[in-house]
Amino acid sequence: MAYAGIVLISHSSKIAEGIKDLITQVVTEVPIETAGGTEENAIGTSIDKIQDAIKIADNGEGVLLFYDIGSAKMNAEMAMEMADLDTIQLVEAPLVEGAYTAAVESGMGKTVQEVHDAVVKAF
Amino acid sequence: MEFQAQDTIQWIEKINEKMQRNKEYLTSLDQVIGDSDHGINMSRGFQETVNKISGGTYDTASDVLKDVAMTLMSKVGGASGPLFGTLFLKLSTTFKGMDPVDYHAFTNGLEEALNGVMQRGKATTGEKTLVDVWSPVVEHFKQEDEFQADKIVETAKTAMENTKDMLATKGRAAYFKEKSIGHIDPGSASSYYIFEALAEVMEGGK
Repeated sequence: MAYAGIVLISHSSKIAEGIKDLITQVVTEVPIETAGGTEENAIGTSIDKIQDAIKIADNGEGVLLFYDIGSAKMNAEMAMEMADLDTIQLVEAPLVEGAYTAAVESGMGKTVQEVHDAVVKAF
Repeated sequence: MEFQAQDTIQWIEKINEKMQRNKEYLTSLDQVIGDSDHGINMSRGFQETVNKISGGTYDTASDVLKDVAMTLMSKVGGASGPLFGTLFLKLSTTFKGMDPVDYHAFTNGLEEALNGVMQRGKATTGEKTLVDVWSPVVEHFKQEDEFQADKIVETAKTAMENTKDMLATKGRAAYFKEKSIGHIDPGSASSYYIFEALAEVMEGGK
């Protein structure tokens, strides 16, 4: 069975990786990809990294994107436009709690839209 | 005004020279109200862009600008990557199929770029962002019928200086609230260099 994927976008690769560690301790079957930091792993975000993460996280069920601050959102939006996926959603929720909730919901076999709505409702 | 592929390459090369020369200055502006990387980001991004387009064979301004936009998006980093990338991408799409680009088409391109960047950053005028330079410059272009280098530079410079007394409500500077007052907005400063470079290129080609 394929699950809706999750992409964690943060200015810091450590933040993104840390959240992934936190989630995969509990949810193992959901594809979770990180896009943290710049190409050089400095503080910042990278459209290319986000695009790559979207591709890997999508197993045919679509992807949900979570981000931290400012430019992460703009780069996420641009990557989404370029990705040309129907089932892709940027979620307005706290990065850690939102992604954690989303992973649990996705693990129950919910669609991208259902996961999105559940997370938004929770926060 | 006749704007072609070669003019575009010169324009970008001139922008890059200014970004390299003012790298420390731009970073110092960004240190006060941002995350101190604007000079580093812009100089890196435009250097990469020049590496990409210099010596390339391009038929139209639109083709050059497309490569410029794509390179800026992936190499500048920070919020400036998508914002400046969007500006040049809109210029590229507006100029598609035009060779040369005349004054009115150029004006339309700038207006499209401004609208695109406002949408991308969800910003309007008076928020201490690059919109505060692009918007008055677009207005100037619309009021005139031909390219006036001196006036464009003057308009952009005044607009940049006007950002000093504004309170930032967008981007990283917004976190600084009233502390953001009294400093020129970094993105407005680099936008000034973009128009100064354009004026120099167009003047040289008269």
